[in-house]
Amino acid sequence: MKRCKIKKVLLLGSGALKIGEAGEFDYSGSQALKALKEEGIKTVLVNPNIATVQTSEGVADNIYFLPVTPYFVERVIAKERPDGILLSFGGQTALNCGVELYRSGILERYGIEVLGTPVQAIIDTEDREKFIQRLNEIGIKTIRSHAVESIEQAHEAANELGYPVIVRAAYSLGGLGSGFCNNGMELDSLCEKAFSFSPQLLVEKSLKGWKEIEYEVVRDCYDNCITVCNMENFDPLGIHTGESIVVAPSQTLSNSEYHKLRDLAIRILRHIGIIGECNVQYALNPESEDYRVIEVNARLSRSSALASKATGYPLAFVAAKLGLGYGLFDLENAVTKSTFAFFEPAMDYVVCKIPRWDLGKFHGVEREIGSSMKSVGEVMAIGRTFEEAIQKGLRMIGQGMHGFVENKELKITDIDKSLWEPTDKRILVISKAMRAGYTVEQIHKLTKIDRWFLYKLQNIMDTSRELHCITELESLSECLLRKAKRQGFSDFQIARAIGFDEDAEKAALKVRDYRKTLGVIPVVSQIDTLAAEYPAQTNYLYLTYNGIESDIDNPEDHRSVVVLGSGAYRIGSSVEFDWCGVQALDTIRKEGYRSVMINYNPETVSTDYDICDRLYFDELTFERVMDIMDVENPYGVIVSTGGQIPNNLALRLSEQNIHLLGTNATSIDNAEDREKFSAMLDRIGVDQPEWSTLTSMEEIAAFVGKVGFPVLVRPSYVLSGAAMNVCSNDDELNRFLRLATEVSKKHPVVVSRFIEHAKEIEMDAVAQNGEIIAYAISEHIEFAGVHSGDATIQFPPQKTYIETIRRIKNISRKIARELCITGPFNIQYLARNNEIKVIECNLRASRSFPFVSKVLKLNFIEMATRIMLGKKVEKPSKSLFDLDYVGIKASQFSFNRLQNADPVLGVDMASTGEVGCLGEDTQCAILKAMLAVGYRIPVKNILLSTGDARQKADMLSAARMLREKGYSLFATEGTSRYLSENGIDNTLVYWPDEKSQPQALDLLHNKEIELVVNIPKNLTASELDKGYQIRRAAVDLNIPLLTNARLASAFIGAFCSLSLDDLIIKSWAEYENVNKF
Amino acid sequence: MKKATLILEDGSRFSGCSFGAEHPASGEVVFNTAMTGYTESLTDPSYAGQIIVLTYPLVGNYGVPGKLFWESEHIHPEAMIVSDYSEAFSHWNAEESLGNWLERENVPGITGIDTRALTKRLRESGVMMGKIEIEGADNTLSVVDYGSENYVERVSCREVIRYNEGKGKKVILVDCGVKANIIRCLIKRGIEVIRVPWDYDFRELEYDGLLVSNGPGNPDKCQATASNIRYAMHNDKPIFGICMGHQLLAIAGGASVYKLKYGHRSHNQPVRMVGTNRCFITSQNHGYAVDSKTLGADWEPFFENINDGSNEGIRHRCKPWFSVQFHPEAAAGPTDTEFLFDEFIKLL
Repeated sequence: MKRCKIKKVLLLGSGALKIGEAGEFDYSGSQALKALKEEGIKTVLVNPNIATVQTSEGVADNIYFLPVTPYFVERVIAKERPDGILLSFGGQTALNCGVELYRSGILERYGIEVLGTPVQAIIDTEDREKFIQRLNEIGIKTIRSHAVESIEQAHEAANELGYPVIVRAAYSLGGLGSGFCNNGMELDSLCEKAFSFSPQLLVEKSLKGWKEIEYEVVRDCYDNCITVCNMENFDPLGIHTGESIVVAPSQTLSNSEYHKLRDLAIRILRHIGIIGECNVQYALNPESEDYRVIEVNARLSRSSALASKATGYPLAFVAAKLGLGYGLFDLENAVTKSTFAFFEPAMDYVVCKIPRWDLGKFHGVEREIGSSMKSVGEVMAIGRTFEEAIQKGLRMIGQGMHGFVENKELKITDIDKSLWEPTDKRILVISKAMRAGYTVEQIHKLTKIDRWFLYKLQNIMDTSRELHCITELESLSECLLRKAKRQGFSDFQIARAIGFDEDAEKAALKVRDYRKTLGVIPVVSQIDTLAAEYPAQTNYLYLTYNGIESDIDNPEDHRSVVVLGSGAYRIGSSVEFDWCGVQALDTIRKEGYRSVMINYNPETVSTDYDICDRLYFDELTFERVMDIMDVENPYGVIVSTGGQIPNNLALRLSEQNIHLLGTNATSIDNAEDREKFSAMLDRIGVDQPEWSTLTSMEEIAAFVGKVGFPVLVRPSYVLSGAAMNVCSNDDELNRFLRLATEVSKKHPVVVSRFIEHAKEIEMDAVAQNGEIIAYAISEHIEFAGVHSGDATIQFPPQKTYIETIRRIKNISRKIARELCITGPFNIQYLARNNEIKVIECNLRASRSFPFVSKVLKLNFIEMATRIMLGKKVEKPSKSLFDLDYVGIKASQFSFNRLQNADPVLGVDMASTGEVGCLGEDTQCAILKAMLAVGYRIPVKNILLSTGDARQKADMLSAARMLREKGYSLFATEGTSRYLSENGIDNTLVYWPDEKSQPQALDLLHNKEIELVVNIPKNLTASELDKGYQIRRAAVDLNIPLLTNARLASAFIGAFCSLSLDDLIIKSWAEYENVNKF
Repeated sequence: MKKATLILEDGSRFSGCSFGAEHPASGEVVFNTAMTGYTESLTDPSYAGQIIVLTYPLVGNYGVPGKLFWESEHIHPEAMIVSDYSEAFSHWNAEESLGNWLERENVPGITGIDTRALTKRLRESGVMMGKIEIEGADNTLSVVDYGSENYVERVSCREVIRYNEGKGKKVILVDCGVKANIIRCLIKRGIEVIRVPWDYDFRELEYDGLLVSNGPGNPDKCQATASNIRYAMHNDKPIFGICMGHQLLAIAGGASVYKLKYGHRSHNQPVRMVGTNRCFITSQNHGYAVDSKTLGADWEPFFENINDGSNEGIRHRCKPWFSVQFHPEAAAGPTDTEFLFDEFIKLL
């Protein structure tokens, strides 16, 4: 029974998505809020991540788009006066903030009870030394670790332990700042970096090669304890669990090992006093039952989100209820509805999590994977054989893989070395090695991956070899076909293995037809938490070929509407599309249809089985979507709310007579195919930059010769969200074209002249049969050239001519009419002196839909969905001109995780997340937004290198403001001279390639600089090289860095004119249009 | 691999491939939802007369370790049915593959079966007898009635065996098909164990406590054991029953036992200590259960199943006698209730 009399609870979110802290916390926070709401408790949420589901209307009672920092949270507390707080649902960000609030006595002062695990217990798990001491008390073994506070101490510890050692920063998430060191030199460089993140480092003996095992454990205040799931890393210790393929449940542990670790986990939770959810990570010796506890996370985590999805056990929901004083035995099993939450799920399938990296997008980044997390997203695949699960998963990550075999040949020279030093391509290397005849034993020796996993991969390779012996489809036996399907082969893989000469997509369709005539079709299975022991009414489903009967009936009523989800989070496509999907599902239900979701991303809310009527946790490939169409026989399918993956399927689904809701597939193709689109613009008389279709390098060289650099390159149907890119020189052009053609070679590439110093303006809109019903126009703070996903966006526009806006509306109207758009769409424009040019158009929801919807308080997706369902929708009465406040969307970068990557913005999108903050004017909003993505207001010293003449001029008034506010300016040569000429005091410092003193880098290393503004003149290799060391040092030393003059000016202007205390703390609901005259 | 087919009493057929001994078999078909522990389950004498179906699909991954890790000397189920048998195995203590072991022990195994579909059938219709036929083998076999066989007699030891002789308090362990880990749990607590056959008249033996073990089949077939327990109740020495031992203590105490539709066979059965907020995850393997309503006035429920409310333990209101339906010795399964051995030993 509920014990406490809590009436109002504050929940801290995790802010912008970043590497190591991503969508999983939207999921856990949303679940917690739902759990509280059910109890009639008022909820207050602080989370600046405007694209999340948890910050949607009705999820929390009061939502604050503010930084999750002690300063802002305290002000929210002072205003809201909650009586309880939840710290464990917003990742490390929320936990760290909560610990600070506790330590500074703020929670006590306001009489706020921490619900769930007590803060002291959290501190015990976060402080390494305390943690080890606590575990020693009950005789549980930890990795021998030395907490050090200086580089000298680190050396002493390493010498005592013997190399190799692992160094990690205390109080950090996703292994930030940690790594392996084989010698003293490596230790020096790692320590310097790590000390910038944490005052305390841990030096440990490396246990490379041990198995890595995790348990998700839950405990209630009556001391009842369960382990919901255990997980085993495919990659042995040494590779961060966020970088590893992970399977659940464990596959290579005997009963005795499984329960030994389970028992230890429970003892740890009891001893530390966790109430709620906790994750325990172990290293397990592969040659005995010897173990070490690696770490304990006293909060919801990426692993707990995975465990929830893997088992169907709603960990975050239950943890929130336990925080209120419920016992596990009080709570219902949400899946069966006939049993209770006190049980341990029994799975009758295996899940496989695979990380998604986007390392190809960063210049100079190390491809090796190791003890620090670099992946930006993940997928979860469900199957009833390991082979089925992993092949599904490899397709899901969406980097062109078709499974474990039948992929494009990987070009590596030294297989042994590539096996020994794993990179993001590790699984392909294993495939290549097996193809080349390496034995399981050889691969095991080099990778230390457990032989069992390798045997299973070998099975796939063996089946591939069998298929390769077949020369025509008709001679493929049903037996071999079934075997291949049970091992997760796609129709495409089978077609390729058999060796069809023709178009691969057509060949795959032939395989599909062939197997359907043989009756080889997948069955639909439920995830029911109890392995069919009890009847379950669950709608949480996956497809498998390892079964003879489906758990569900095929509906005949054509009343379901299928929404295709957005797949793995990646740079360019993340939580914003999850929000869009969830809004679409809600609307479908409200309109009386059954909502069906297909998605496979375990970090999302859209894959929460109670968000829709049926959830297919499965692939978004053409083949699997068609399989589901065969089962569902839906009224229609929505492809416009899940980003690029569903968009790319539109034409092929339509060719199979699938009823697409909204804009028809031909129009989508006309917008996606750059050549068709550009030709259309010419036809309807809409201006666009000069363009040409690239079919060969010679052609493009000639075109560039004519228009000159920079040019804008737009591949058609781009994956990974890189919709358009600016190239300033041959190097960049060649690099990007290689990437683009790798992504899609079927469609030509359009190159156009890029107009500099132009404003970039976005039009997000919803249309019905070609007529625009609602729209939002927003402007970028940066000039065009910064990828729209990295740009800081202002809505409503504050500095765009009315004339410009009118022209944009007119052009948008024309385009909408020409393409007969029905549903959401987005057009990007360049504007200079009221001259408007179209640069791109997407007939789907864009990244900024949640932002504009929430700022305008007009749900664009709800409206679009209703339109797509054929409902009559009135034009809304309000427009962006009515708003008495401003929204700023700012980007979050994760360069600190990406060793050696140049933190400069340009060709590719690089941000991993975003925030959206509201303010009375631009300055208020931008200050909040910048602080929310991790910038800090400097106290004294600022380092400036402000680029070319024009950028220097742009920055001049900002520099003057800084001086007036009493900041000391340090500047590199050209900048220093320019500032002096304009009468602004500054200290000259030298670039790393100059010999004189003082050196800019020294200032950074000595922690004398609190903000670095480093603006490259252009994106040529030599210019980038010049500033690279300074930019990289700023990132590695955790010093705020700005690389764009316009953004730097805006931020500087904001903190020079406003102090924090000037900012008004208002909830989202309080931003109203007070004065209607 | 040869084709092998399971034919259920209701006529439904499930076909897969044989991976163990290639001869027909029959038994009561039961499902187990545990995700680990096939070695322990197969050597658990309580599975005698049954065909075990594993819902967890991937089986055989860690091979089979040496006898030291088994729960008895041999495999007891009549056959094993899985979805995805892994011929290749990997574990530091593995000595052979599961298929190899089944073959050596002359027990058939089928892989490639949709064990979820099969489990749903058993759940809806209740456990039933089944027969396994192997392609090309002589499949003539007489099918027995599970409920009327005395499996305990088959699996119990034949003579008295002593462990830890002269070391500590003496516990008589009535072997109805005891799992080795029960003995290990006693030995590691410094107890002298006197293991006796299921129907052994232990009146002559000197002892401090009585433990009645788990075992296979219908408890009504063990009237001999029940009457020995009834005799033991004449003194106040502690009695502890596990699984079958629990049912026999209940019967000795006057209660009755009934057959569950499809039993509890898993590692995730939640039980609650009656009258408290203390809950435990337990390992279970039983098809019969004690009817709480038939408990005499001197007895009270000790544990109950959180999911279906069935009885999971009883205790005497004043005498040191108690028993549990689940397996505090685990192996396989969670070890949360091992403390019950300590409770028992405290009473000695």
